[in-house]
Amino acid sequence: MYSYWKKNQLKLSPWLFLAPGIFIFLLYVILPIFQSVSLSFYEWDGLGLKTYIGSSNYVELLDDEAFYTSLKNNVIWLLLCLLAIPAGLFAALFLNQTVRGIRIYKSLFFFPFVISQVVVGLVFTWFYDPSNGLLNVILETFGFDPVAILADEDYVTYGIIAAGLWPQTAYCMILYLTGLNSVDPEQIEAGRIDNARGWRLLWYVILPQLKPATFIAIVVTVIGALRSFDLISIMTRGGPWGSSRVLAYYMYEKAFSEYGYRMGYAAAIAVILLAIMMIYIAVILYRIYRDERSV
Amino acid sequence: MFPTPIERTRPLTRRLYKVALPVSIIIWLLPLLAVALTSIRTGADINSGNYWGMPTSFNLIENYTAIFNNSPIGYYILNSFKVTIPTVIGAITLSSLTGFALGVYKFKLNLFVFFMFIAGNFVPFQILMVPVRDLSLSLGLYNTITGLVAFHIAFQTGFCTFFMRNFIRALPFELIEAARAEGVSEFRIFWYVVVPLMRPAMAALSVLIFTFIWNDYFWALVLTQGADTMPVTAGLNSLNGQWISNQHLVSAGSIIAALPPVVMFFLMQKHFIAGLTLGAVK
Repeated sequence: MYSYWKKNQLKLSPWLFLAPGIFIFLLYVILPIFQSVSLSFYEWDGLGLKTYIGSSNYVELLDDEAFYTSLKNNVIWLLLCLLAIPAGLFAALFLNQTVRGIRIYKSLFFFPFVISQVVVGLVFTWFYDPSNGLLNVILETFGFDPVAILADEDYVTYGIIAAGLWPQTAYCMILYLTGLNSVDPEQIEAGRIDNARGWRLLWYVILPQLKPATFIAIVVTVIGALRSFDLISIMTRGGPWGSSRVLAYYMYEKAFSEYGYRMGYAAAIAVILLAIMMIYIAVILYRIYRDERSV
Repeated sequence: MFPTPIERTRPLTRRLYKVALPVSIIIWLLPLLAVALTSIRTGADINSGNYWGMPTSFNLIENYTAIFNNSPIGYYILNSFKVTIPTVIGAITLSSLTGFALGVYKFKLNLFVFFMFIAGNFVPFQILMVPVRDLSLSLGLYNTITGLVAFHIAFQTGFCTFFMRNFIRALPFELIEAARAEGVSEFRIFWYVVVPLMRPAMAALSVLIFTFIWNDYFWALVLTQGADTMPVTAGLNSLNGQWISNQHLVSAGSIIAALPPVVMFFLMQKHFIAGLTLGAVK
């Protein structure tokens, strides 16, 4: 027994180290993904018996207007959240100085990312409040009529996304600040000698060196945008009339709220969301794979 | 350095920058300052619509004691700690083991297992919602702190493994080979050689996971109900529903809920940023 262990220690050790982590990860993350996929072919209220209904849930989705609203909003979220990346870059450029007290400014700028989305959601709900909110106080001083952003079907999604951009911009800023720190100073000097200034220097010399930071910023922002749930749940509960729902929120509503207890239908929505996300996951994994091969 | 250091620009630019810094930070944090201001107003101010003028009196102590006396926020905060701290310990323990296995050993399925952790971590976690709730119910862990912790440990293990494995890859491998040549067992190598070197990674991950879990709202909503188990994020949401015209109290609650991760961030800023920006620099 002991000699067997001695001989095979190098082969067996990794699996012993991996066992607890793999076990809990399979149980709570990997298996549930497959369970959800299979559940999407059933009708189930969460308590009684499951009934196999084939692809009916998906067929129903095709005719569900709320599904299309959610999907459309997800696309808007995805595109507009990407604004956090240039915004973060400019914030980082603005703060990348060495004047006195700059560290405290950087920390304060980063603040919104540290606090919970629940608090961010509450803060922005009050900010948009049509009677006393700060936004409308400002609008009125400039002579505009007050707007009830969160009660208006046309504005509501944009209002929530603006709240989401606040912490996301802070995150992208930190990524770029770290990236700017490691930009090669000799290349900047060389660029300056070649008479590159301002925008041209930024575009041709700095940005190429910030590629790793940009890649992470895109990955994190896209995933965050597709997962968006907290702000919608806090600020509007999907309203008014479901116009601010996204897929993640709509499926929650279908599964657990008074509209729902339709677990199979919710699972089908989740599968669609996963399918969209899989494109990104595949790209990310491919990039990591390529980097691993080149080591 | 890019952009041009401000000391080397014209005096006018320099003066403008000095003004622009505090102005921009105030605008950036304006919504938050408004909440801080509201949290010390009196109920009478709120009712009469005095949101933005001078408060008629400062109610700092009254409001903050009121929320502790009149709401279960004390329990919510306690629950948040009870969920967050074990999750941090659990996720870091498990991922030190998995990160070590994936970072040090060469075996056929290494990359496959590694990719499983990454892919699982990037999945939209709403897809796990129904099965995980079901699993928690059948294990008797629904609406318990343990149930919430178990899920969080599992999910965070994905991200932490990614982090730990990359960190261990960057360590000098000769140390491990030298120990092996001496006949030191693999477990002793892990414990006496690698774990001491992993401290910076553990510190960075602790702060990050603390913040992520403290701020989690979705799983709190799915896996808990009621003041015995609900963490502060979900608790705050239900308080907001009950105290519609008591914005000063909800504001005070928000400030309290935001405080622990903020304090953590300021105390461990270096580690926090090191964790967040892993991979942002080649």
